[in-house]
Amino acid sequence: MGGIPHDHYVPKSNFEKWLDARLPIVGLLYGTLMIPTPKNLNWMWIWGIVLTFCLVLQIITGIVLVMHYTPHVDQAFASIEHIMRNVEGGWAIRYIHMNGASLFFIAVYAHMFRGLYYGSYKAPREITWIIGMLIYLAMMATGFLGYVLPWGQMSFWGATVITGLFGAIPGIGEPIQTWLLGGPAVDNATLNRFFSLHYLLPFVIAGLVIVHIWAFHTTGNNNPTGVEVRRGSKEEAAKDTVPFWPYFVIKDLFALVVILAVFAAIVGFMPNYLGHPDNYIEANPLATPAHIVPEWYYLPFYAILRAITFDVLFLDAKFLGVLCMFGAIFVMVLAPWLDTSSVRSGRFRPMFKWWFAILVIDFFVLMWCGARPAEGMVPTISLIGTIYWFGYFLIILPILGVIEKPLPQPATIEEDFDAHYPPKAGVADGTATATQPAE
Amino acid sequence: MIKQTLLSLGLALGLATGANAAGGESHIEDFDFSFEGPFGKFDQFQLQRGLQVFTEACSACHGLQYLYFRNLHDEGGPGLPEDQVKAYAKDFFVYDAEIDEDREAKLSDRFPPVVDSTAPDLTLMAKARAGFHGPAGLGINQIVKGMGGPEYIASILTGYTGEEKEEAGQVFYENTAFPGGWIAMPPPPIYDGELEFADGHANDAHHVSEDVAAFLMWTAEPKMMARKQAGLTAVIFLSVLAALLYLTNKKLWAPIKRKSQ
Repeated sequence: MGGIPHDHYVPKSNFEKWLDARLPIVGLLYGTLMIPTPKNLNWMWIWGIVLTFCLVLQIITGIVLVMHYTPHVDQAFASIEHIMRNVEGGWAIRYIHMNGASLFFIAVYAHMFRGLYYGSYKAPREITWIIGMLIYLAMMATGFLGYVLPWGQMSFWGATVITGLFGAIPGIGEPIQTWLLGGPAVDNATLNRFFSLHYLLPFVIAGLVIVHIWAFHTTGNNNPTGVEVRRGSKEEAAKDTVPFWPYFVIKDLFALVVILAVFAAIVGFMPNYLGHPDNYIEANPLATPAHIVPEWYYLPFYAILRAITFDVLFLDAKFLGVLCMFGAIFVMVLAPWLDTSSVRSGRFRPMFKWWFAILVIDFFVLMWCGARPAEGMVPTISLIGTIYWFGYFLIILPILGVIEKPLPQPATIEEDFDAHYPPKAGVADGTATATQPAE
Repeated sequence: MIKQTLLSLGLALGLATGANAAGGESHIEDFDFSFEGPFGKFDQFQLQRGLQVFTEACSACHGLQYLYFRNLHDEGGPGLPEDQVKAYAKDFFVYDAEIDEDREAKLSDRFPPVVDSTAPDLTLMAKARAGFHGPAGLGINQIVKGMGGPEYIASILTGYTGEEKEEAGQVFYENTAFPGGWIAMPPPPIYDGELEFADGHANDAHHVSEDVAAFLMWTAEPKMMARKQAGLTAVIFLSVLAALLYLTNKKLWAPIKRKSQ
């Protein structure tokens, strides 16, 4: 697979030849696992494995939870307590699933900002980036649908607010909202369809993940220098890369286990820290919570939604907020075409670095704003944060490519790697061993 | 136990003005519960005293609909002997759909639900009232001080000032811990010396409130001790595995990075 020249699988035994002529699955797995990977990848390239692990973890724990959950407005909340109290190990499964969603989003944000800093979205990886954004959108939808299932106060009122966003669309909004809810308000029909879709979407994500991996296995990985792997010959490519197995599998597994140790501490010692306490109150359509707050991973976009407090021409503030919220994600999708710089990696872009750092800070400031009641300074800060978010993608990225003078880049990945790990005098050139697994 | 007005401190530090998620100028005292922190455990005798407080003071109005009587016998909880729990359950009457009438409760029954429709169920209260992420909504007090729902419950119980007011036919009682300052729940009968504990433990309102708050934390999170134990085991196991993988990775990459092994 892919444009980087490397060894391909050759069936040896008769059985392998027999199988390969009918289903070349071993060759496919070999090609996927042995893909030449830039040997200078840093620790920000571990999130893909973490995300894959999260998807599997959420699907497995989710399937077990479904065995004990009751999707009915009168019993959903009690069935969660049944899982927490009477099901053997149920509390563990449920807390892992609940916090697994948070780990999933921490990993996806790290993965996305990695891509934004190192220019992973640029040609020829635009399709990988777009598929990734689709996965992210599907994750947001899945997370939201799943949060409704425990049928707590925040489940109910969160569902009311979010489906209400569609109601803000002029003219056709209300019929769409009614269609989504299965009735005039959030009720049993809503819970049932949300449950069904919450079970469906993870498998859609799994399909998209395969396409995502397929796409970047075709283009090859980006790397911290943004310089492409040499593809002139197998020998040349081998100087820039090592096979994914075992080098990056072991490295990624190490990183994954470190992250899981922290995850285990959160699940074991503070499993409700990232959740909203009001979700331990059963949904009550007659009592609105003092402040309706979504899960932490939606907060930056929730802040953007609430930042628009004024009407513009014939568009009212609520609809504008909805447009801005979805627009904030859509401008990210457009990043490959908005970024005009010929240099891929932020490492060699002296001005870009600072604007990017402000974007990361902006993200956290917006997250904080989303969690606070819209009082005092919060709406103003949200508006400034929103303006910067759009400004970064729509103005700063296009202009920087023109006015910025990039730093010199290394000619090859090998050169960058050698700068960190200089070849020793008298020791055979390390690249000779690069294509073989260590003893 | 240091009296601290953490929320007002949080508000002073915060950029936001006005009320926060917990609802304004309520004062939550930081109690020192035995179950705080990664190694904290429920105090079995405190849970037993808390059960007594619930039975004598709270159960007149409030229910515990998700708690089974058999749970009182569970390890990690009050751990009462089975015959004692059976005898305790007999004092409660629950509706049995099979015989279509009320009967004495058995071990396999749940506590009766809410008695007074205006009094919320208490089973999950300690988890549902943990919403003060101070200061400035950053959640630091929760991590550093172990502040949570039990603090809120105990602060409500000790927060009555004795002031009353009537609005639209309903009496409200001033309470320093309640968001907004006025609560519809009348002060519970837990005044100093009102209850007698068999173990002779201090029975002033402060201690009684602390005990029942601890008990309600257990009703909300009965598997807490098993959870912390499993969490600790997992953290140790994963740390050892991480160390081994670190060494494997180092050795694997040594020839690539031209480092002697």
